[in-house]
Amino acid sequence: MFLKTFAITGAVAGLLGSAAFAADCGPEGQSIRILASDFPAIHALVDAAEANCGAQAAEFSRNHTTEARTIMNAALTPDPAEYTSVILANSTLTQLMNDDLVRPLNDLVEKYSANIKPNQLITIGGDVMAVAFMANSQHLFARTDILAEAGIDSVPATYDELLAAAEAIRAAGIMDHPLVMNMQTGWNLGETYNLIFLGHGGQFFEPGTAVPTVNSPEGIAALETLKALVAYAHPDYLTQASNETQGLWEAGQAALGLMWGSRGSAILDDEGSSPEVTENTVLAAAPSVEPGGIPGATLWWDGISIARNVSDAEAEATFAALVSGMTPDMVAANNDDAVWLLDGFTPGPAAAGVAATARGGAKPYPMIPQIGIMHNALGAELVDYLKGEETAEQALADVEAAYTTAAKEAGFLQ
Amino acid sequence: MKDRTFFWFILPTLSAMILFIALPIVSVFVQSLHIQHEQVLVVSESCGPFGCEETSAVDQEATRALREAQPLGKFNGLRTYINRSHLAFAEIAEEWRAADSLGTFLARVYNLPFYKALAFTLTYTAVVTPFVLALGLAVAVGVNSLPKLLKGPTIFVSLLPMIVTPLVGSLILFWMVDGDGVIGATLQRVFDDPSLSLKASPTLTWIMLMVYGIWHSLPFSFIVFYAGLQTVPKDTMEAAMIDGATTWQRLRFVTIPHLAPLATFVTLMQLMDNFRVFEPIISFQAQAHATSLSVVIFNDLRESGNPLYGSAGATSMMTIIGVAILLTPVLIRTWKAGRASAAKAH
Repeated sequence: MFLKTFAITGAVAGLLGSAAFAADCGPEGQSIRILASDFPAIHALVDAAEANCGAQAAEFSRNHTTEARTIMNAALTPDPAEYTSVILANSTLTQLMNDDLVRPLNDLVEKYSANIKPNQLITIGGDVMAVAFMANSQHLFARTDILAEAGIDSVPATYDELLAAAEAIRAAGIMDHPLVMNMQTGWNLGETYNLIFLGHGGQFFEPGTAVPTVNSPEGIAALETLKALVAYAHPDYLTQASNETQGLWEAGQAALGLMWGSRGSAILDDEGSSPEVTENTVLAAAPSVEPGGIPGATLWWDGISIARNVSDAEAEATFAALVSGMTPDMVAANNDDAVWLLDGFTPGPAAAGVAATARGGAKPYPMIPQIGIMHNALGAELVDYLKGEETAEQALADVEAAYTTAAKEAGFLQ
Repeated sequence: MKDRTFFWFILPTLSAMILFIALPIVSVFVQSLHIQHEQVLVVSESCGPFGCEETSAVDQEATRALREAQPLGKFNGLRTYINRSHLAFAEIAEEWRAADSLGTFLARVYNLPFYKALAFTLTYTAVVTPFVLALGLAVAVGVNSLPKLLKGPTIFVSLLPMIVTPLVGSLILFWMVDGDGVIGATLQRVFDDPSLSLKASPTLTWIMLMVYGIWHSLPFSFIVFYAGLQTVPKDTMEAAMIDGATTWQRLRFVTIPHLAPLATFVTLMQLMDNFRVFEPIISFQAQAHATSLSVVIFNDLRESGNPLYGSAGATSMMTIIGVAILLTPVLIRTWKAGRASAAKAH
């Protein structure tokens, strides 16, 4: 037994050693400085990069913070920039590109292509601006035991089925508020609206311009769907975001949820909840309007970018180090932390929702320069409609007015 | 004091004030007069793990020259101040023409973000300030009449709300008023209404925020008044007692007039603090029902991705003007009282 363990340990150590030896870390003696958000999958990638290339770099520093989004533009503006790389997502790449703070990666991708597959490349106008490594999306979570108790034998696939299931659970007296959604006023509310709006086939802007088109029949239909849904949510829904909805779910106080896929493994693991909840929780595609229609979701990726205002050698070393971490070994060791877009990923139950949503043809979160302003206007102005103080038309007219004012200030509209 | 001596005496203070107060305000004001240059959009194809689609991007080449020539942005004059996010003159004129009654007109004005924030900010200031003054005095008088042994511990406990960091204090209260929290669940029981939620009703949210505000600021006014009570002249108090004044009359005619200058000081501080109400709204997640001018500024700087500095600057300037307007009556009174007592002394 001892011998066997010893042999395995030795083999693993040998493998790790050879992997580190084999990693192509680019120019030596450079400074690698990474700014990233703070969740396990990103830690896993940066850990792997540091293990492979940290020794060869003069400096390998990292700042994992949930405030990455708010400091990234200021941090990358000076020359040389504070960080050589920011690990970012759809909307944050747009935020950096608006100020021209990230560099095209075409040459680097060609040189360090070993761990990169074509579908990881985020190209805009022909230039690779980021390399994605994981996907995320909001989708449906369902408790099959409670659905069965209420006489529903399949997981809802459309909004109508979702509403019917919620009503059945309420009518059976199992739960008054069976549905949880991330509806905290501000970004979360705006995002939940976006899901349903895109599910209804809505368009945010006239193509190629910054002229808003949310006050449309699709927009009104989406708002009405949203209002029908929140009738089954806890009365405090306007204060609830991911931490609160996950808490309600793990406490067994919800049976249907529209939540982030990245919360899936935290919900399904054996911490913070009872077996009754974890064993009966199913992660499914986001609901659509019509059966087989576009899932009401926005697809997200997380990926690496390289700062513009750093030396070419630093840029190359940083890129090489991060890409060296995108190996099947790293994925295998952290399989359930994310829906990896990398080789070696075995989708488990926690990834089923995101995978089904992407397969169903859901739209990516739009990478449009002025989308942040629109998102903010939606998050602030839709509350009055949900509280019953305004009509849907009025709320969407307010959104467009608030957006237009801000977009004029930001220079997108004249 | 000679003018020359006075100048050298005041110079360090004056230069620090210019450097740390006046200059930043001027810079914020200058920023508020500018907006960003035109962003030239180019249509491009964007591809990723989920396929390709038509999208747009900012043409950096086209905007760079403009940015370098005028790094502050495009001069916009006072137009940011009167746009829909701020004073909204055009929108108000439009609503005035369209509205059929004063009620609908006011409802429509309340729908504009600046006025909604102003309504809560002013209500909060108007409610919290007098309560803090009156309750602070009451607590101070109460503590002052306690036996010596109990005074120390009572003062310490009374100061706790101020010692606790505002953000933390309001978060704790936020969890307590949750439907599953101790206050929220008790209220549901008392009123026998399982759907009662302090966080879901606008009125209850406002009350909750103001109660929190009073709770948090009370120690400040308490400790100021308590210090003042130690200086109430004993002779006057004894004379009043000999004249047969009741406890209430002694409080009304001796103590309160003696504490009047302190009350002015507390009022000034409270008006300024309350007009900038911010932390409770954030930690109570109350933006759905209550916003304040500070929350609007925070939102402009943080939530739209690339910050709207002009907008935030304009709201900041209007906050300063708002505080100045609120303080004017108090300052005029103090100045008049000061002149009267100076005249008496001569």
